[in-house]
Amino acid sequence: MYAYTETDRRIVAERVIQYRDQTRRHLASELSADQFRPLRLQNGLYVEKHNPMLRIAIPYGQLSAPQLRLLAHVARSYDRGVGHFTTRHNFQLNWVRLGQVPDILAELAQVDMHAIQSSGSCIRVVTTDPLAGVSPVEVADPRPWAEIFRQWSTLHPEFAALPRKFKVAFSGGPDDAASVRTHDLGFEMVRDAAGDVGFRVWVGGGLGRTPILAQVVREFLPWTDLLSYAEAILRVYNLAGRRDNLYKSRIKILVQSLGIKAFAQRAEAEWQHLKDGPLTLIAAEVARIADQFAAPDYETLTDLDARFEFMRRFDREFAAWVKTNTHAHRQPGYVAVTLSLKAPGQAPGDATAEQLDAVAELAERYGFGELRTAQTQNLILPDVRKRDLYNLWQETRKEQLATASVGLLTDIVACPGGDLCSLANARSLPLAAAIQQRFGDRGELVDIGALRLNISGCVNACGHHHIGAIGILGVDKNGEERFQITLGGATGPGAAIGDVIGPSFPAAEVPETVARIVDHYRACRRPKEGFIDTVRRIGTKSFAAAAYAQEISIIEDEREVANG
Amino acid sequence: MANLIKNGDIVANDWTTITLDAEVSPGDVKLPYGNVLLPLAVWQARKWDLIQRQWHSLDGGGKLGVWLSPDEDPAVLAEDLQDLDVIAVRFPAAGDGRGYSIASLLRIRYGYKRELRAIGTVERDYLHFLHRVGFNAFEIENPEAALASLGDFSEAYQPAVDQPLPLFRRSGLALAA
Repeated sequence: MYAYTETDRRIVAERVIQYRDQTRRHLASELSADQFRPLRLQNGLYVEKHNPMLRIAIPYGQLSAPQLRLLAHVARSYDRGVGHFTTRHNFQLNWVRLGQVPDILAELAQVDMHAIQSSGSCIRVVTTDPLAGVSPVEVADPRPWAEIFRQWSTLHPEFAALPRKFKVAFSGGPDDAASVRTHDLGFEMVRDAAGDVGFRVWVGGGLGRTPILAQVVREFLPWTDLLSYAEAILRVYNLAGRRDNLYKSRIKILVQSLGIKAFAQRAEAEWQHLKDGPLTLIAAEVARIADQFAAPDYETLTDLDARFEFMRRFDREFAAWVKTNTHAHRQPGYVAVTLSLKAPGQAPGDATAEQLDAVAELAERYGFGELRTAQTQNLILPDVRKRDLYNLWQETRKEQLATASVGLLTDIVACPGGDLCSLANARSLPLAAAIQQRFGDRGELVDIGALRLNISGCVNACGHHHIGAIGILGVDKNGEERFQITLGGATGPGAAIGDVIGPSFPAAEVPETVARIVDHYRACRRPKEGFIDTVRRIGTKSFAAAAYAQEISIIEDEREVANG
Repeated sequence: MANLIKNGDIVANDWTTITLDAEVSPGDVKLPYGNVLLPLAVWQARKWDLIQRQWHSLDGGGKLGVWLSPDEDPAVLAEDLQDLDVIAVRFPAAGDGRGYSIASLLRIRYGYKRELRAIGTVERDYLHFLHRVGFNAFEIENPEAALASLGDFSEAYQPAVDQPLPLFRRSGLALAA
């Protein structure tokens, strides 16, 4: 894991001092609410429905045990003892006091954490594959590049006031676990014919009001040019991105309006001025960073562990958890483990201070003191010996962290929704709970198999409903809270934006509607065919008929409005 | 006469900024005596007259500057840099960051060396960034208090006008590469 240098620390400390003074001037009415707004947003502070919300950055999702303990401490001392892990490597506190935020930031700085650029019209927290460095399928570990990018994008002076937010992801390989296709700018690790590492560069993806998948702007970018090329892309966007309409100001709209070819030409023309300049990466610096992500001191083990194999046969519940919550590892005898934050009754992604403390200890006892945050709003222990899995499972059960649902329908991704967020049209969390309750039968859940279900409380799509195999979007219809359903969304190499199946449903009808959709899949699927593949094969219309359990013709007239 | 921050000091702003009313053509706008900061359109329409005016000013008090809107491409001034004592970039709002790229281009690509001034909505919490991309003068309210914000950060990762090398080329590592 990257260890902060004295300079990294100084930059974070100076941002705390700067923000403390900005807060002081705001409270003394020297900075108006409008002037303070972009300043607090670029430091992760939203003013929400009931209260300010602080979004703390976890760059590329990597956390140490001491950092996790500090998150537990701030959740306990400055909030109500609960925090929320988002879909983009952030940790949110929903009940902070505006005047105390500088103190929280000062505490975070003690463990090299901050809230820099976790919101606002700037380059946001960089994301990557939560299994980076342990994934058996990755081309190369994306974390060193993400860290290099983090440094370059931190307080970048030229891009401090972009037309809109700018999200960047690094994927380690073709499985695209970081979803470069739904980011403003994405780097997919590839190798050229000579075996040298570089990036396939994707641009112009994003969800929100106008979901669009990214396109390839450059097939191969040598690693030396990562930052100079990024600077060229950002400069084109900063100068040419629309600033007259908030809804058309993301880079995806610029790429769409120019066309990917013309955009690529502009980026390339700009890059010719920057290429081979001072931003060109040097091998010594890459090695300095990469060394800090070197594999930990693994034990030499055989991949088959007798105790593990025995317990897996002996204890069916354990076996079920192993099947869903553990992931293949490149080191023989090890796996990565998802600690689920989807226990029934728990808001997806929420963790109590006690759970965080417990996880920190588990990370130290069963791993190398490191953790990852996943886009699915779960936590991951990246390096667990198979030999230890049974003990770990028992301990995580005590902490309500062993819900065996990773990748299944009840592993719901949901935004905080109308309970907390001032943008939301509808409450995501009670709906998530109702769906989890409806699918409480283990046999049914396992029979349904892999299925991503995402809930967003409004079109801003923080719950990523567009890329859920089943996506649920909260809409407001004359003051009534309703939900629209999309089908067929996906991330990864087969990324797709879901299709709206028809008019919205009242909240109470959603769980049964989901059940009808799922039953239709179970009735129509071919042997071993997953949900998403059946949707693609037979089409969403067929599912819509099942969902509404009535004539499709009634549905047609309202379809135009959908996604509008 | 309002003050401005220039090169880290507070100095009197002895320039008049000319704006163009809709009904006046760039060729007709009347210019006051003294240093004038002109809209790009006026400069482009009357370049040679203006240079003559400067040559003929007896006390050197007729210096020329041009201010750019954020939608104006600084490339159009690339051949004129020797004739201008000030280039200003107008910020219609603090959140409009196009001026940051314009400044970078003027300094780094076109090699402009003289005064580069931020005008319009210029707030102290952005001074650090503005300074890094090459602005050395700021028309700002309450410049005395704002001065402190120029020193908000003592170190930075990226290369920019104030520091042409990125942090990773400034440590001992760069020598080893």
